[in-house]
Amino acid sequence: MAINWFKYSSPASFYFLAGKMIPLFTIAAIILFAVGLYIGFFVAPTDFQQGEAYRIIFIHVPAAWMSMFLYVIMAIWAGIGLAFNTRLSSMMATAIAPTGAMFTFLALWTGALWGKPMWGTWWVWDARLTSELILLFLYIGFMSLQAAIDDPRRADKAGAVIALVGVVNIPIIYFSVKWWNTLHQGATVSVTQSPKMATTMLTGMLIMSIACWMYAIAVILIRTRTIILERERHTAWVGELRGVAQ
Amino acid sequence: MSLWVIQRDLLLAMRRRSDVLTTLFFFIIVVSLFPLGVGPEINMLRTMAPGVVWVAALLASMLSLGRMFSSDYLDGTLEQMLLSPQSLSMLVLGKALAHWLVTGVPLVLMSPVLGIQYDLSADALLVLTASLLLGTPVLSLIGAIGAALTLGLRGGGVLVSLLVLPLYIPVLIFGAGAVEASAAGLGASAHLSLLGAFLLASLVLAPWATAVSLRISME
Repeated sequence: MAINWFKYSSPASFYFLAGKMIPLFTIAAIILFAVGLYIGFFVAPTDFQQGEAYRIIFIHVPAAWMSMFLYVIMAIWAGIGLAFNTRLSSMMATAIAPTGAMFTFLALWTGALWGKPMWGTWWVWDARLTSELILLFLYIGFMSLQAAIDDPRRADKAGAVIALVGVVNIPIIYFSVKWWNTLHQGATVSVTQSPKMATTMLTGMLIMSIACWMYAIAVILIRTRTIILERERHTAWVGELRGVAQ
Repeated sequence: MSLWVIQRDLLLAMRRRSDVLTTLFFFIIVVSLFPLGVGPEINMLRTMAPGVVWVAALLASMLSLGRMFSSDYLDGTLEQMLLSPQSLSMLVLGKALAHWLVTGVPLVLMSPVLGIQYDLSADALLVLTASLLLGTPVLSLIGAIGAALTLGLRGGGVLVSLLVLPLYIPVLIFGAGAVEASAAGLGASAHLSLLGAFLLASLVLAPWATAVSLRISME
Protein backbone atom coordinates (compact mmCIF):
# COMPACT_ATOMS: atom_id res chain seq x y z
CA MET A 1 0.00 0.00 0.00
CA ALA A 2 1.47 3.29 -1.04
CA ILE A 3 1.23 6.02 1.52
CA ASN A 4 0.90 9.46 0.07
CA TRP A 5 3.58 11.32 2.06
CA PHE A 6 2.90 14.51 0.21
CA LYS A 7 -0.67 14.75 1.40
CA TYR A 8 0.38 16.81 4.38
CA SER A 9 2.56 19.17 2.40
CA SER A 10 -0.63 20.96 1.49
CA PRO A 11 -1.33 23.71 4.03
CA ALA A 12 -5.03 22.78 4.17
CA SER A 13 -4.50 19.18 5.28
CA PHE A 14 -1.51 20.05 7.46
CA TYR A 15 -3.65 22.58 9.30
CA PHE A 16 -5.89 19.82 10.64
CA LEU A 17 -3.01 17.39 11.28
CA ALA A 18 -1.24 20.11 13.30
CA GLY A 19 -4.46 20.79 15.19
CA LYS A 20 -4.52 17.15 16.30
CA MET A 21 -0.80 17.07 17.20
CA ILE A 22 -0.64 20.26 19.26
CA PRO A 23 -2.46 18.88 22.35
CA LEU A 24 -0.22 15.79 22.37
CA PHE A 25 2.98 17.79 22.33
CA THR A 26 1.64 20.30 24.83
CA ILE A 27 0.72 17.57 27.32
CA ALA A 28 4.08 15.85 26.79
CA ALA A 29 5.87 19.15 27.37
CA ILE A 30 3.95 19.86 30.60
CA ILE A 31 4.57 16.39 32.04
CA LEU A 32 8.26 16.39 31.09
CA PHE A 33 8.79 19.89 32.43
CA ALA A 34 7.20 18.86 35.72
CA VAL A 35 9.35 15.72 36.00
CA GLY A 36 12.49 17.51 34.86
CA LEU A 37 12.03 20.41 37.26
CA TYR A 38 11.26 18.01 40.13
CA ILE A 39 14.49 16.12 39.49
CA GLY A 40 16.34 19.40 39.03
CA PHE A 41 15.15 20.99 42.24
CA PHE A 42 14.63 18.09 44.65
CA VAL A 43 16.35 14.90 43.49
CA ALA A 44 19.64 16.12 42.04
CA PRO A 45 22.30 16.56 44.73
CA THR A 46 23.92 19.87 45.55
CA ASP A 47 27.14 20.32 43.62
CA PHE A 48 30.15 20.33 45.95
CA GLN A 49 31.91 23.02 43.96
CA GLN A 50 29.14 25.24 42.70
CA GLY A 51 26.54 24.85 45.43
CA GLU A 52 22.90 25.41 44.53
CA ALA A 53 23.61 27.87 41.75
CA TYR A 54 24.50 25.10 39.32
CA ARG A 55 20.81 24.16 39.11
CA ILE A 56 20.34 26.75 36.39
CA ILE A 57 22.06 24.18 34.14
CA PHE A 58 18.70 22.41 33.82
CA ILE A 59 17.37 25.23 31.69
CA HIS A 60 20.60 26.76 30.42
CA VAL A 61 22.03 23.73 28.58
CA PRO A 62 18.73 22.66 26.94
CA ALA A 63 18.16 26.25 25.78
CA ALA A 64 21.64 26.44 24.28
CA TRP A 65 21.16 23.13 22.47
CA MET A 66 17.77 24.14 21.16
CA SER A 67 19.06 27.47 19.89
CA MET A 68 21.58 25.70 17.65
CA PHE A 69 19.34 22.81 16.54
CA LEU A 70 16.52 25.14 15.65
CA TYR A 71 18.71 27.31 13.44
CA VAL A 72 19.81 24.28 11.43
CA ILE A 73 16.26 22.95 11.19
CA MET A 74 15.01 26.38 10.17
CA ALA A 75 17.65 26.54 7.42
CA ILE A 76 16.73 23.03 6.23
CA TRP A 77 13.04 23.91 5.95
CA ALA A 78 13.87 27.20 4.29
CA GLY A 79 16.17 25.41 1.85
CA ILE A 80 13.49 22.84 1.00
CA GLY A 81 11.05 25.68 0.46
CA LEU A 82 13.50 27.44 -1.85
CA ALA A 83 14.42 24.32 -3.81
CA PHE A 84 11.01 22.69 -4.24
CA ASN A 85 8.86 25.80 -3.98
CA THR A 86 6.71 24.25 -1.26
CA ARG A 87 4.80 26.87 0.63
CA LEU A 88 4.44 24.92 3.84
CA SER A 89 8.20 24.41 4.30
CA SER A 90 8.80 28.14 4.15
CA MET A 91 5.96 28.73 6.62
CA MET A 92 7.64 26.27 8.99
CA ALA A 93 10.93 28.15 8.69
CA THR A 94 9.19 31.43 9.46
CA ALA A 95 7.46 29.83 12.45
CA ILE A 96 10.69 28.38 13.87
CA ALA A 97 12.66 31.66 13.91
CA PRO A 98 11.02 33.40 16.91
CA THR A 99 11.25 30.25 19.07
CA GLY A 100 14.89 29.81 18.12
CA ALA A 101 15.66 33.42 18.95
CA MET A 102 13.84 33.03 22.26
CA PHE A 103 15.97 30.01 23.20
CA THR A 104 19.15 31.84 22.17
CA PHE A 105 18.21 34.77 24.35
CA LEU A 106 17.30 32.42 27.19
CA ALA A 107 20.68 30.69 26.92
CA LEU A 108 22.51 34.01 27.07
CA TRP A 109 20.35 35.29 29.92
CA THR A 110 20.65 32.20 32.10
CA GLY A 111 24.34 32.05 31.22
CA ALA A 112 24.79 35.54 32.60
CA LEU A 113 22.86 34.62 35.76
CA TRP A 114 25.05 31.56 36.15
CA GLY A 115 28.27 33.40 35.42
CA LYS A 116 27.77 35.99 38.12
CA PRO A 117 27.99 33.65 41.14
CA MET A 118 30.45 31.23 39.45
CA TRP A 119 32.98 33.52 37.80
CA GLY A 120 32.02 36.78 39.48
CA THR A 121 31.10 38.40 36.18
CA TRP A 122 28.00 38.61 34.03
CA TRP A 123 29.82 38.24 30.76
CA VAL A 124 33.16 36.96 29.49
CA TRP A 125 34.27 37.09 25.87
CA ASP A 126 34.46 33.33 25.78
CA ALA A 127 34.21 31.58 22.41
CA ARG A 128 30.89 29.93 23.22
CA LEU A 129 29.26 33.04 24.63
CA THR A 130 30.41 35.14 21.71
CA SER A 131 29.21 32.70 19.08
CA GLU A 132 25.86 32.35 20.86
CA LEU A 133 25.53 36.13 20.71
CA ILE A 134 26.30 36.09 16.99
CA LEU A 135 23.69 33.36 16.54
CA LEU A 136 21.15 35.71 18.10
CA PHE A 137 22.18 38.37 15.55
CA LEU A 138 21.64 35.86 12.74
CA TYR A 139 18.14 35.04 13.99
CA ILE A 140 17.31 38.73 14.26
CA GLY A 141 18.62 39.36 10.75
CA PHE A 142 16.42 36.57 9.36
CA MET A 143 13.32 37.83 11.14
CA SER A 144 13.80 41.48 10.27
CA LEU A 145 14.44 40.67 6.61
CA GLN A 146 11.19 38.71 6.45
CA ALA A 147 9.35 41.43 8.30
CA ALA A 148 10.55 44.10 5.87
CA ILE A 149 9.22 42.35 2.77
CA ASP A 150 5.51 42.70 2.12
CA ASP A 151 5.14 39.97 -0.50
CA PRO A 152 5.13 36.67 1.47
CA ARG A 153 6.62 34.59 -1.37
CA ARG A 154 9.55 36.95 -1.78
CA ALA A 155 9.96 37.08 1.99
CA ASP A 156 10.14 33.27 2.13
CA LYS A 157 12.78 33.02 -0.56
CA ALA A 158 14.90 35.94 0.64
CA GLY A 159 14.79 34.53 4.17
CA ALA A 160 15.85 31.15 2.82
CA VAL A 161 18.93 32.63 1.14
CA ILE A 162 20.04 34.45 4.28
CA ALA A 163 19.36 31.38 6.46
CA LEU A 164 21.45 29.17 4.18
CA VAL A 165 24.27 31.72 3.99
CA GLY A 166 24.12 31.82 7.79
CA VAL A 167 24.36 28.04 8.08
CA VAL A 168 27.44 27.98 5.85
CA ASN A 169 28.96 30.70 8.00
CA ILE A 170 28.20 29.28 11.44
CA PRO A 171 31.17 26.87 11.54
CA ILE A 172 33.47 29.56 10.15
CA ILE A 173 32.25 32.05 12.73
CA TYR A 174 32.54 29.50 15.53
CA PHE A 175 36.11 28.55 14.73
CA SER A 176 37.25 32.09 14.10
CA VAL A 177 35.81 33.20 17.42
CA LYS A 178 37.49 30.23 19.10
CA TRP A 179 40.91 31.01 17.63
CA TRP A 180 40.47 34.70 18.34
CA ASN A 181 39.74 33.77 21.94
CA THR A 182 42.84 31.59 22.33
CA LEU A 183 44.97 34.28 20.76
CA HIS A 184 43.78 36.87 23.25
CA GLN A 185 43.78 34.51 26.21
CA GLY A 186 41.34 36.87 27.82
CA ALA A 187 39.00 34.61 29.75
CA THR A 188 40.77 32.72 32.49
CA VAL A 189 37.70 30.67 33.30
CA SER A 190 36.46 28.35 30.63
CA VAL A 191 32.94 27.12 30.15
CA THR A 192 34.23 23.96 28.57
CA GLN A 193 35.75 22.36 31.65
CA SER A 194 32.76 20.82 33.27
CA PRO A 195 33.14 18.64 36.34
CA LYS A 196 31.99 15.06 36.05
CA MET A 197 28.26 15.01 36.28
CA ALA A 198 26.18 12.88 38.61
CA THR A 199 23.76 10.56 36.80
CA THR A 200 20.70 12.22 38.30
CA MET A 201 21.90 15.60 37.06
CA LEU A 202 22.37 14.21 33.58
CA THR A 203 18.93 12.54 33.64
CA GLY A 204 17.31 15.78 34.74
CA MET A 205 19.07 17.70 32.03
CA LEU A 206 18.09 15.25 29.31
CA ILE A 207 14.46 15.22 30.44
CA MET A 208 14.46 19.00 30.40
CA SER A 209 15.93 18.94 26.87
CA ILE A 210 13.17 16.65 25.63
CA ALA A 211 10.64 18.89 27.37
CA CYS A 212 12.09 21.87 25.52
CA TRP A 213 11.78 19.95 22.25
CA MET A 214 8.12 19.17 22.94
CA TYR A 215 7.46 22.78 23.89
CA ALA A 216 9.22 24.03 20.75
CA ILE A 217 7.28 21.67 18.48
CA ALA A 218 3.96 22.63 20.05
CA VAL A 219 4.63 26.36 19.78
CA ILE A 220 5.97 26.08 16.24
CA LEU A 221 2.90 24.13 15.14
CA ILE A 222 0.60 26.71 16.69
CA ARG A 223 2.50 29.48 14.93
CA THR A 224 2.46 27.58 11.62
CA ARG A 225 -1.32 27.20 11.91
CA THR A 226 -1.65 30.93 12.42
CA ILE A 227 0.55 31.66 9.41
CA ILE A 228 -1.46 29.22 7.28
CA LEU A 229 -4.73 30.93 8.24
CA GLU A 230 -3.25 34.35 7.59
CA ARG A 231 -1.94 33.48 4.13
CA GLU A 232 -4.83 31.27 3.02
CA ARG A 233 -7.60 33.52 4.25
CA HIS A 234 -9.00 33.97 0.75
CA THR A 235 -9.32 30.25 0.04
CA ALA A 236 -12.54 28.26 0.16
CA TRP A 237 -11.55 25.92 2.97
CA VAL A 238 -10.70 28.76 5.36
CA GLY A 239 -14.03 30.31 4.45
CA GLU A 240 -15.78 27.05 5.38
CA LEU A 241 -13.81 26.93 8.61
CA ARG A 242 -15.05 30.38 9.47
CA GLY A 243 -18.60 29.29 8.66
CA VAL A 244 -18.24 26.36 11.05
CA ALA A 245 -16.84 28.51 13.81
CA GLN A 246 -19.63 31.04 13.67
CA MET B 1 31.85 40.03 -19.50
CA SER B 2 32.73 40.93 -15.93
CA LEU B 3 35.33 43.29 -17.35
CA TRP B 4 32.68 45.19 -19.23
CA VAL B 5 30.62 45.65 -16.06
CA ILE B 6 33.69 46.75 -14.11
CA GLN B 7 34.59 49.26 -16.81
CA ARG B 8 31.08 50.64 -16.89
CA ASP B 9 30.75 50.94 -13.11
CA LEU B 10 34.15 52.60 -12.82
CA LEU B 11 33.17 55.09 -15.50
CA LEU B 12 29.95 55.86 -13.63
CA ALA B 13 31.91 56.28 -10.41
CA MET B 14 34.36 58.66 -12.10
CA ARG B 15 31.47 60.79 -13.29
CA ARG B 16 30.25 61.08 -9.70
CA ARG B 17 33.46 61.36 -7.73
CA SER B 18 31.80 62.76 -4.63
CA ASP B 19 30.32 59.34 -3.80
CA VAL B 20 33.77 57.76 -3.69
CA LEU B 21 35.20 60.58 -1.61
CA THR B 22 32.31 60.46 0.87
CA THR B 23 33.05 56.82 1.72
CA LEU B 24 36.76 57.53 2.05
CA PHE B 25 36.23 60.52 4.32
CA PHE B 26 33.76 58.58 6.43
CA PHE B 27 36.52 56.02 6.98
CA ILE B 28 39.05 58.71 7.88
CA ILE B 29 36.67 60.49 10.26
CA VAL B 30 35.67 57.30 12.11
CA VAL B 31 39.32 56.32 12.61
CA SER B 32 40.16 59.82 13.82
CA LEU B 33 37.28 59.88 16.29
CA PHE B 34 38.65 57.03 18.40
CA PRO B 35 41.63 58.88 19.94
CA LEU B 36 39.23 61.70 20.83
CA GLY B 37 36.97 59.20 22.55
CA VAL B 38 39.48 57.11 24.46
CA GLY B 39 42.29 59.60 25.04
CA PRO B 40 45.66 60.19 23.36
CA GLU B 41 47.64 57.59 25.33
CA ILE B 42 49.96 56.29 22.61
CA ASN B 43 50.55 52.76 23.92
CA MET B 44 46.85 52.07 24.15
CA LEU B 45 46.26 53.55 20.71
CA ARG B 46 48.97 51.33 19.24
CA THR B 47 47.25 48.17 20.50
CA MET B 48 43.84 49.43 19.41
CA ALA B 49 44.86 50.55 15.93
CA PRO B 50 44.24 47.36 13.90
CA GLY B 51 40.80 46.83 15.42
CA VAL B 52 39.79 50.45 14.93
CA VAL B 53 40.95 50.59 11.32
CA TRP B 54 39.23 47.30 10.53
CA VAL B 55 35.92 48.22 12.16
CA ALA B 56 35.96 51.53 10.32
CA ALA B 57 36.65 49.69 7.03
CA LEU B 58 33.75 47.32 7.74
CA LEU B 59 31.37 50.22 8.33
CA ALA B 60 32.57 52.22 5.33
CA SER B 61 32.24 49.24 3.03
CA MET B 62 28.79 48.43 4.41
CA LEU B 63 27.47 51.99 4.11
CA SER B 64 28.26 52.09 0.40
CA LEU B 65 26.55 48.74 -0.31
CA GLY B 66 23.24 50.41 -1.04
CA ARG B 67 24.73 51.97 -4.17
CA MET B 68 25.82 48.66 -5.65
CA PHE B 69 22.51 47.78 -7.29
CA SER B 70 20.02 50.53 -6.48
CA SER B 71 20.68 52.95 -9.37
CA ASP B 72 20.70 50.08 -11.90
CA TYR B 73 17.49 48.82 -10.33
CA LEU B 74 15.81 52.20 -10.64
CA ASP B 75 16.71 52.86 -14.28
CA GLY B 76 15.99 49.32 -15.45
CA THR B 77 19.57 48.29 -16.29
CA LEU B 78 19.42 45.50 -13.76
CA GLU B 79 16.38 44.03 -15.46
CA GLN B 80 18.27 43.98 -18.75
CA MET B 81 21.17 42.24 -17.03
CA LEU B 82 18.84 39.54 -15.73
CA LEU B 83 17.44 39.03 -19.23
CA SER B 84 20.82 38.96 -20.95
CA PRO B 85 22.17 35.61 -22.15
CA GLN B 86 25.35 36.11 -20.14
CA SER B 87 25.74 34.39 -16.79
CA LEU B 88 24.26 36.61 -14.10
CA SER B 89 26.88 35.39 -11.61
CA MET B 90 29.65 36.79 -13.78
CA LEU B 91 27.87 40.14 -14.12
CA VAL B 92 27.39 40.23 -10.36
CA LEU B 93 31.05 39.37 -9.82
CA GLY B 94 31.93 42.34 -11.99
CA LYS B 95 29.69 44.63 -9.98
CA ALA B 96 31.16 43.43 -6.67
CA LEU B 97 34.71 43.90 -7.93
CA ALA B 98 33.84 47.37 -9.19
CA HIS B 99 32.42 48.16 -5.74
CA TRP B 100 35.70 47.02 -4.23
CA LEU B 101 37.78 49.10 -6.65
CA VAL B 102 35.70 52.18 -5.87
CA THR B 103 35.34 51.84 -2.08
CA GLY B 104 37.84 49.20 -0.93
CA VAL B 105 41.02 50.21 -2.72
CA PRO B 106 40.97 53.86 -1.52
CA LEU B 107 40.65 52.55 2.06
CA VAL B 108 43.61 50.21 1.56
CA LEU B 109 45.71 53.06 0.15
CA MET B 110 44.71 55.38 2.99
CA SER B 111 45.26 52.92 5.83
CA PRO B 112 49.08 53.32 6.17
CA VAL B 113 48.61 57.05 6.71
CA LEU B 114 45.99 56.41 9.39
CA GLY B 115 48.24 53.75 10.92
CA ILE B 116 50.96 56.36 11.35
CA GLN B 117 48.48 58.46 13.34
CA TYR B 118 48.34 55.52 15.73
CA ASP B 119 52.13 55.18 15.81
CA LEU B 120 52.28 51.73 14.22
CA SER B 121 55.69 50.34 13.26
CA ALA B 122 56.62 49.89 9.60
CA ASP B 123 56.13 46.11 9.82
CA ALA B 124 52.71 46.49 11.37
CA LEU B 125 51.73 49.01 8.69
CA LEU B 126 52.71 46.56 5.99
CA VAL B 127 50.70 43.73 7.56
CA LEU B 128 47.70 46.02 8.12
CA THR B 129 47.71 47.09 4.49
CA ALA B 130 48.13 43.51 3.27
CA SER B 131 45.28 42.26 5.47
CA LEU B 132 43.01 45.03 4.21
CA LEU B 133 44.01 44.27 0.63
CA LEU B 134 42.95 40.64 1.08
CA GLY B 135 39.95 41.31 3.31
CA THR B 136 38.10 44.23 1.71
CA PRO B 137 37.16 42.30 -1.48
CA VAL B 138 35.53 39.68 0.79
CA LEU B 139 33.48 42.47 2.36
CA SER B 140 32.27 43.63 -1.06
CA LEU B 141 31.44 40.07 -2.17
CA ILE B 142 29.50 39.11 0.98
CA GLY B 143 27.89 42.53 1.09
CA ALA B 144 26.57 42.01 -2.44
CA ILE B 145 24.30 39.23 -1.12
CA GLY B 146 22.82 41.57 1.48
CA ALA B 147 22.47 44.39 -1.04
CA ALA B 148 20.66 42.09 -3.49
CA LEU B 149 18.26 40.78 -0.85
CA THR B 150 17.28 44.22 0.43
CA LEU B 151 16.88 45.72 -3.03
CA GLY B 152 13.95 48.12 -3.15
CA LEU B 153 12.86 47.53 0.44
CA ARG B 154 11.93 50.32 2.79
CA GLY B 155 14.63 50.87 5.39
CA GLY B 156 16.99 48.73 3.30
CA GLY B 157 20.07 50.58 4.52
CA VAL B 158 19.64 49.67 8.17
CA LEU B 159 18.45 46.17 7.32
CA VAL B 160 21.53 45.42 5.24
CA SER B 161 23.73 46.15 8.25
CA LEU B 162 21.79 43.63 10.35
CA LEU B 163 22.20 40.98 7.67
CA VAL B 164 25.78 41.59 6.68
CA LEU B 165 27.67 42.63 9.82
CA PRO B 166 27.42 39.21 11.58
CA LEU B 167 28.80 37.60 8.42
CA TYR B 168 31.74 40.05 8.40
CA ILE B 169 32.94 38.87 11.81
CA PRO B 170 35.47 36.21 10.65
CA VAL B 171 37.09 38.74 8.30
CA LEU B 172 37.33 41.26 11.12
CA ILE B 173 38.86 38.72 13.50
CA PHE B 174 41.57 37.56 11.14
CA GLY B 175 42.18 40.95 9.59
CA ALA B 176 42.82 42.67 12.90
CA GLY B 177 44.38 39.50 14.28
CA ALA B 178 47.05 39.48 11.58
CA VAL B 179 48.49 42.76 12.83
CA GLU B 180 48.35 41.68 16.46
CA ALA B 181 50.00 38.34 15.69
CA SER B 182 52.85 40.01 13.84
CA ALA B 183 53.24 42.50 16.71
CA ALA B 184 53.39 39.56 19.13
CA GLY B 185 56.16 37.97 17.04
CA LEU B 186 54.03 35.06 15.85
CA GLY B 187 54.10 36.09 12.20
CA ALA B 188 51.05 37.09 10.21
CA SER B 189 51.20 34.44 7.52
CA ALA B 190 48.60 32.12 9.13
CA HIS B 191 46.05 34.93 9.40
CA LEU B 192 46.77 36.20 5.93
CA SER B 193 46.43 32.69 4.49
CA LEU B 194 43.02 32.34 6.11
CA LEU B 195 41.97 35.72 4.71
CA GLY B 196 43.10 34.50 1.31
CA ALA B 197 41.02 31.37 1.78
CA PHE B 198 37.96 33.50 2.63
CA LEU B 199 38.62 35.54 -0.50
CA LEU B 200 38.76 32.46 -2.73
CA ALA B 201 35.69 30.85 -1.17
CA SER B 202 33.63 34.03 -1.42
CA LEU B 203 34.81 34.64 -5.00
CA VAL B 204 33.23 31.31 -5.94
CA LEU B 205 30.14 31.23 -3.71
CA ALA B 206 29.06 34.83 -3.17
CA PRO B 207 28.33 35.83 -6.81
CA TRP B 208 26.18 32.74 -7.17
CA ALA B 209 24.20 33.49 -3.99
CA THR B 210 23.90 37.11 -5.08
CA ALA B 211 22.53 36.08 -8.48
CA VAL B 212 19.90 33.89 -6.78
CA SER B 213 19.00 36.78 -4.46
CA LEU B 214 18.70 39.22 -7.34
CA ARG B 215 16.30 36.90 -9.17
CA ILE B 216 14.21 36.63 -5.99
CA SER B 217 14.16 40.39 -5.50
CA MET B 218 13.29 41.15 -9.13
CA GLU B 219 10.45 38.66 -9.50
